[in-house]
Amino acid sequence: MSILIVAEHDNASLKPATLNTVTAAGQLGGDIAVLVAGAGCSAAAQAAAEVAGVAKVLCADAPEYGHDLAENLAPLIAKLATDYAHVLAPATTFGKNVMPRAAALLDVQQISEISGIESPDTFVRPIYAGNAMATVQSADPIKIITVRTTAFDAAAAEGGSAPVEAVETTGDTDLASFLGQELTKSERPELTTAGIVISGGRGMQSGENFAMIERIADKLGAAVGASRAAVDAGYVPNDYQVGQTGKVVAPELYIAVGISGAIQHLAGMKDSKVIVAINKDEEAPIFQVADYGLVADLFQALPDLEKALG
Amino acid sequence: MKVLVPVKRVIDANVKVRVKADQTGVELTNVKMAMNPFCEIAVEEAVRMKEAGTATEVVVVSAGAQQAQETIRTGLAMGADRGILIQSDAPLEPLGVAKLLKAVVEKESADMVLMGKQAIDGDNNQTGQMLAALLGWPQGTFVSKIEKSDAGLKVTREVDGGLENVALKLPAVVTVDLRLNQPRYASLPNIMKAKKKQIDTMTPEDLGVDASPRLTVLKIVEPPARKAGVKVADVAELVDKLKNEAKVI
Repeated sequence: MSILIVAEHDNASLKPATLNTVTAAGQLGGDIAVLVAGAGCSAAAQAAAEVAGVAKVLCADAPEYGHDLAENLAPLIAKLATDYAHVLAPATTFGKNVMPRAAALLDVQQISEISGIESPDTFVRPIYAGNAMATVQSADPIKIITVRTTAFDAAAAEGGSAPVEAVETTGDTDLASFLGQELTKSERPELTTAGIVISGGRGMQSGENFAMIERIADKLGAAVGASRAAVDAGYVPNDYQVGQTGKVVAPELYIAVGISGAIQHLAGMKDSKVIVAINKDEEAPIFQVADYGLVADLFQALPDLEKALG
Repeated sequence: MKVLVPVKRVIDANVKVRVKADQTGVELTNVKMAMNPFCEIAVEEAVRMKEAGTATEVVVVSAGAQQAQETIRTGLAMGADRGILIQSDAPLEPLGVAKLLKAVVEKESADMVLMGKQAIDGDNNQTGQMLAALLGWPQGTFVSKIEKSDAGLKVTREVDGGLENVALKLPAVVTVDLRLNQPRYASLPNIMKAKKKQIDTMTPEDLGVDASPRLTVLKIVEPPARKAGVKVADVAELVDKLKNEAKVI
């Protein structure tokens, strides 16, 4: 029995989420192969070969794989999948986009965003924004799975020396084309892998006020997140959103500022190790999950916190 | 352009979900149900396309029990033209739903499918991508902006790093994200009008589709509860606790 992982990468290096997926694959048992499909992706393939626990790297290098278009990647994954018992990808926007398309081509019912592995055919996954945990058993011959990365530690990026094998490419379906991207530039750590996250909500009242959060983030080496309300109001870009339909984070420390704590937000952060809530409404539901709650006006508390951190 | 909008009936987003004591599922008896919020955004966008003259007809489709008709009526009250109910009392999974929708798309000769990126019950985020695969159509997922062009569609996708623009040929499947639009409330006259709009009912057998599930749900349980912690008096105490008790800063 062997496992294929669909790597998320930027051609030059692997995205951290790929390393968590390797750990999940390790719990299934069996040889782990990693597919690196991209355009000019030999550096990313080499990085995959060095990950501890990887037995083989399949490198599909062609222009049509350059921008992660599901229309071009899914046929490749579906073609390779028939040699494997499991195909895994991280449950990021990359994995969520491409894997169901590959699953349908294989006539397989995907198992989304698993947070636990009971046996090679039985998995645990959150449903209803994490308000219930379902244990499901798959009858499909190939298991197509996306992995909730916060539920599995990252595998060591070094220590392996797997061979890299070029695989035959599947061509351009010519259904979709990449036009461009507007990526949020930040010197801060990436939200989903940061050790500390500080998020702001509707209580921040404006985008300018997020500067108070950013200054504290810089003192703590933290990433900045937000609730849906803050993103909808245009205070911060969409990729800041933590929650059921945004990003799921589980840092060592999560600081929620001016966030009431709707279940959709809690779904994205309640597995954090230590949660701090700062809110002037002492009835706010966020306090029900917070290890440390501070009932205070954030416009007083944030400057005080910045000062206290030196 | 004929636009098909699949919609799902789910527990209302504001209801606190309770797991059944026998671990077979979540409590649905006497629980308020509503249209999945992402589906509402899809219906709104389709109706706006019709109002702008890009769409000629908007057809709302739902697969599920008889009560899913109420959800279709909600879509009709928002401005969709007619509805289709694929009636099934058996549990449906995304792959099965995608197969049913494919049959309807072909029967209706639709040019575009506009749907939610995920349903807030199963949180699968699969059906649109699967439908696109089965039809051999392009897919624009997690979309926050749609523009019609001569060549097809230009969509803006919300991805982990920010935003991405992709051109799709038509016909296409587009799955919508939260920030595409703000769905309207149906007005009373439109709710009344919706009662007279046509809803056709068919079964998976009528469509010649085997939608039987591939997954067996062994159990559904509550997640481990998080204990509420302590309230601190001020920032100084908070920083002290984080440094000396939790040791996280």
